[in-house]
Amino acid sequence: MEDRESYLKSERAQQWRVDLRNKIKNKERTHLVRVKMNEVDANMRIQSYVEVNSGLSIDQAQNEAKRCLDCVNPTCITGCPVEINIPKFIKRIEQGNFLEAAKVLKETSSLPAVCGRVCPQEKQCEANCFYTQKLKKTPVAIGYLERFAADYERESGQISIPDIKSTNGVKVGCIGSGPAGLTFAGEMAKKGYDVTVFEALHEIGGVLKYGIPEFRLPNHIVDVEIDALKKMGVQFETNFIVGKTASIEDLKEEGFQAFFTGSGAGLPRFMGIPGENYIGILSSNEYLTRINLMHAAEQDTDTPVVSGKNVMVIGGGNTAMDSVRTAKRLGAERAMIVYRRSMDEMPARKEEIHHAQEEGIEFMTRTNPIEYLADDKGRVNRVKVQKMELGEPDGSGRRRPIPIEGDEEIIEVDTVVVSVGVSPNPIVPDSLPELKTTQWGTIEVDKDMLQSSIPEMFAGGDIVRGGATVILAMGDGRKAAQAMHKYLNHK
Amino acid sequence: MKNYPKYSMYKIIDKTFFSDNVVKMEVEAPRIAKARRAGHFVIVKIGEKGERFPLTIAGADRVKGTITLVVQTVGVSSRKLAALEVGAYITDLVGPLGQATHIENKGTILACGGGVGVAPLLPIVEAYKKAGNRVITVIAARTKDLIILEEQIKEFSDELIVMTDDGSHGKKGLITEGMEAAIAKEKIDEAMIIGPAIMMKFAALTTKKHHIPTLASLNTIMVDGTGMCGACRITVGGKTKFVCVDGPEFDAHQVDFDEMLLRLNGYKDIEKAAERKYLEENN
Ligand SMILES: Cc1cc2nc3c(=O)[nH]c(=O)nc-3n(C[C@H](O)[C@H](O)[C@H](O)COP(=O)(O)OP(=O)(O)OC[C@H]3O[C@@H](n4cnc5c(N)ncnc54)[C@H](O)[C@@H]3O)c2cc1C
Ligand SMILES: Cc1cc2nc3c(=O)[nH]c(=O)nc-3n(C[C@H](O)[C@H](O)[C@H](O)COP(=O)(O)OP(=O)(O)OC[C@H]3O[C@@H](n4cnc5c(N)ncnc54)[C@H](O)[C@@H]3O)c2cc1C
Ligand code: SF4
Ligand code: FES
Repeated sequence: MEDRESYLKSERAQQWRVDLRNKIKNKERTHLVRVKMNEVDANMRIQSYVEVNSGLSIDQAQNEAKRCLDCVNPTCITGCPVEINIPKFIKRIEQGNFLEAAKVLKETSSLPAVCGRVCPQEKQCEANCFYTQKLKKTPVAIGYLERFAADYERESGQISIPDIKSTNGVKVGCIGSGPAGLTFAGEMAKKGYDVTVFEALHEIGGVLKYGIPEFRLPNHIVDVEIDALKKMGVQFETNFIVGKTASIEDLKEEGFQAFFTGSGAGLPRFMGIPGENYIGILSSNEYLTRINLMHAAEQDTDTPVVSGKNVMVIGGGNTAMDSVRTAKRLGAERAMIVYRRSMDEMPARKEEIHHAQEEGIEFMTRTNPIEYLADDKGRVNRVKVQKMELGEPDGSGRRRPIPIEGDEEIIEVDTVVVSVGVSPNPIVPDSLPELKTTQWGTIEVDKDMLQSSIPEMFAGGDIVRGGATVILAMGDGRKAAQAMHKYLNHK
Repeated sequence: MKNYPKYSMYKIIDKTFFSDNVVKMEVEAPRIAKARRAGHFVIVKIGEKGERFPLTIAGADRVKGTITLVVQTVGVSSRKLAALEVGAYITDLVGPLGQATHIENKGTILACGGGVGVAPLLPIVEAYKKAGNRVITVIAARTKDLIILEEQIKEFSDELIVMTDDGSHGKKGLITEGMEAAIAKEKIDEAMIIGPAIMMKFAALTTKKHHIPTLASLNTIMVDGTGMCGACRITVGGKTKFVCVDGPEFDAHQVDFDEMLLRLNGYKDIEKAAERKYLEENN
């Protein structure tokens, strides 16, 4: 801790930062108004998968960067799970040195263009910014600036590839290519390891590819990051399910000395209510996978998708928002969110809820489906929903929804997307009986080392945390890489 | 950007037509050949824009590193696969998936296969036989040309009954009639049925009547095949199960076949239109 603090201090003391701080008085800085993200008009964007946020211009970014006070004690950093040196990259933007800004991001984050788009900044860095905490003003737009720097670097064509230690010939395996796995792979490659990432699907990227839609995170942005990993020597094996295509034992025989499992929480939950298996009722994973991974909405692909005029999405998380907004883009006239608590309790990012509202999504809160009804072909056509009231806060700290007896309603639908959560993917644990798991099916790991009950197996991301976030998965990938490095050196 | 390196290239090294609609392919996939057991399946994808669809592993040669697939052309994807020539590559192939058949010596097994269901039945019949069971097999199809793998099935069966709807081969009648005949002759300890959903429904009713424990290998619509999407879900004994990870075999007397039949038709209209378009463009 001491180390980090003094490191941050010494960086802050560098002349270029002193000069920048002296250029504008803090008082002036705090009077600047937070930048607004440029967005594609809601009516336009629902016609296609164009990215909703269109980024900041150079002027906007530099003006916003001026707001940052380059605090002595940059509390924003403590809010960031991978501890990006936030004031340093922001000051590089103020200075006009955008490529340097991107380099600062990459010191600790391997996917800055992704994080700049999907991180819940309002709950992390920005919630801890001096503006939020002490001035009660809108925080510095750290997320927008992160995205700006990463995009600038990518579009400049001068992407920096991190320095790589000369190879040590030690083979390590990474199971799953989501943010946890990709981060782990990058970190190990930097340390000189021979890393192979195994991915069950035919595409690399995990939820970033099959889950989060193009209008929030275009696939080509993820591909650029994957390409950088390839240039660092990371090898990828798609269509490879560890535990099925080959066992951990097989891989050990092939020379792999340690593994990181980042296999995610990919098992959809259903509610177990009558009629839930009717045609036209899909999990959000199925719906989003058909569209994002299989491109089912495009004319010339073979994968079909059903998506009707009246689409109801059950749930209130990011996955639900992504599904309902996708439905709108597929031509739904009514695209509805049905959520059992109120707007305030909704777990999705505020920005996404706001974007959904702009796009004409209907929100039915304090409402819960209790039965699905179908036509004579077994195709869902109505949903019986029940109104809820909110009681005392429950274990999750959110107010508990209680059904209001008799207050029911029937709503016409032709497609329902169930988005009520996911469970950990069981394939890896099932293939390793000696691997300890929790009662929820997540892999048990040591908190500091992320090491499992099998010493050469480390794990992180959603398979350890249950459904969490991109940045937490990345933080785990980094931590596990450091721990594995230590472990392999002392073995 | 999508040409990721691969351990295997899934090259087609042999191809034989059983009939106009049914083709057997031997495909290079050394890891799958090594890991697979009877009852397992793979997911295949043809071309950049292809869909993911499941096929049972009908056999494997560990030494050559190949697996055998038997495909019946029913729509666009199966036609695209069947159209690939020897030497061509399957774009994506992943497996082995599903739970392997639990094979042990149970006594006398009644193995029932309808249509292309005989392909997945073959490795199971072989495994049962090798585990010391007496195996009576009933295979059935609409007509003579659609009976596949008869010789291979015969090799591992103590007795083989062939049924055709039109009587053009074997005995005339439905698979259930063949099953009844076998059940009438001796005590059956367990039955296994694989085929079209409607055939499995009636075959299951037949064995239920005679209190014979029965497994059915289900062919629901799938996307990922790894438990991630839930497309393959069905109801077994009142509970929702995922065929790709919990199955594909289930207690046939517990399966809600009517629901399964409905779900299989979920994309029928879209698929029929796609097939018409494909045939127009490729003829
Ligand atoms: C629709 C949606 C929207 C989201 N929106 C946000 C958001 O806005 N912000 C945010 O921070 N988070 C968001 N999340 C959550 C976030 O995406 C996840 O927390 C994160 O992706 C977890 O990363 P991971 O690396 O642990 O796993 P995943 O991204 O789930 O990747 C796991 C990968 O492992 C593969 N795999 C599994 N088993 C095996 C095996 N045995 N062998 C080989 N490969 C295997 C899987 O195929 C998958 O590709 C969202 C999630 C969804 C579904
Ligand atoms: C575990 C399992 C094992 C199978 N083994 C074999 C086999 O060994 N040989 C064989 O010929 N067929 C097998 N099938 C069925 C095969 O997957 C389908 O025939 C194939 O997907 C049809 O695709 P299509 O595009 O040609 O036809 P489509 O026109 O898309 O569909 C025709 C019919 O095939 C079924 N189907 C469509 N898409 C899928 C899908 N993604 N998954 C499953 N079924 C689908 C539906 O009933 C549909 O009505 C198996 C299915 C499962 C689930
Ligand atoms: S807390 Fe806010 S103002 Fe202070 S350094 Fe961080 S981003 Fe800048
Ligand atoms: S096919 Fe997706 S869960 Fe079974």
